Amino acid sequence: MRSRDLAHLSDEALVALVARSDESALAELYDRVGGTAYGLAYRVLRDEALAEDAVQEAFLGLWRSAGSFIPERAKASTWILTLVHRRAVDLVRREQRRRTEPIEGAPEPAVGSAEEAAWLRLDRERVQGALAQLPDQQREAIELAYYGGYTQSELAERLGQPLGTIKSRMFSGLTRLRELLGSDIDDGGTERTTWTYTT
Amino acid sequence: MDLHDLTAGYALDALDPDERARYEEHLASCESCREELQDFWQVAGALGRAAGGPTPPASLRERILEQARDERPNVVPLRRRVAAPVLTSAAAIAAVVAVGLGIWSFGLSRDLDDANSVLEVLSDPNARVHETADGEANLVVTPTGRAALVVRRLAPAPRGKDYEIWVFENGVPQRAGLFERPGVAMLSRRVARGQTVAVTLEPDGGVDAPTGDPLFTAAA
Repeated sequence: MRSRDLAHLSDEALVALVARSDESALAELYDRVGGTAYGLAYRVLRDEALAEDAVQEAFLGLWRSAGSFIPERAKASTWILTLVHRRAVDLVRREQRRRTEPIEGAPEPAVGSAEEAAWLRLDRERVQGALAQLPDQQREAIELAYYGGYTQSELAERLGQPLGTIKSRMFSGLTRLRELLGSDIDDGGTERTTWTYTT
Repeated sequence: MDLHDLTAGYALDALDPDERARYEEHLASCESCREELQDFWQVAGALGRAAGGPTPPASLRERILEQARDERPNVVPLRRRVAAPVLTSAAAIAAVVAVGLGIWSFGLSRDLDDANSVLEVLSDPNARVHETADGEANLVVTPTGRAALVVRRLAPAPRGKDYEIWVFENGVPQRAGLFERPGVAMLSRRVARGQTVAVTLEPDGGVDAPTGDPLFTAAA
């Protein structure tokens, strides 16, 4: 059930409405990002109840602190996914539930319309393609960290490598992914946001 | 350890809690790390969108919206004056860093055990949210009294000054942390139901008892 009058607004405009305690804006944001957020949380946690907890906690965090979000500096959806990911890895570490399946092992993405499904699939194929171009060791470090919830020091132990080696694999891997994904990187091919910092 | 080397691990949420806290502190003063982090966060976002995964149950949407509805902020009148009596202990200092992406404002506690406290408090489904009358800040308090202050609009503290948070215990303001600019600050002291929290502008590093007028107050 999507609130139609909000459909034309950007995610960032919706966050501004959420900051003014607009529930329908929160509902619309959930309809846009909630499925992807849940998919990410599930990928990390491999448990439905925990994945729901991570998504619920992230959206409530959004509800409570949306007023300090500065839209010129970030995509709202990237921000929400980062909140969800942080919650998910914290939960997975608490629950000791780490999994290590590669990205190909994940189920199909969960979305509403066929159009959205097509976009997400395209997005996913692009990222998978970029990951496939990384040297194996870099891809392994990134996948185990991001999807598996392992810390750098846990990975060093697990892979029997010095911590510095793990750090440099992650750095090189992310840098290469950034090049490979190029200007399409954020939010499924929409224009790249110019980010500036004035803290 | 070179903190610059932690940017990739931070973007992937792959740091230990103490490293995470130290890196966030480092970000406050390192422009090049903030720039690099923005790039890496975008890559992490792409990885997140590509995660796949099953469809969430319809009940999740309803639960989130219901809970949001239940906690519309309580409006509390702005108080003008604060008594300025004595005070004892200097609690752990909490600084606030408004990091890059707007909301990416993490309260930084020097107490490493609290590295993740702000997010935990903000995302606690049982926390209560109290808003000041002018809407400048929200006070979020968990059932156990852990509290974070979300400050929306406030000029950065002038050089040589800090904003100091106070929790009133039996009418006496107790130090509860420092911050320099809008963002999210973790309170270093627990807040009980009915207690008042206030913010004043004080000399760098804070003082034992408030000297300035309260800029805003909220009742928990």
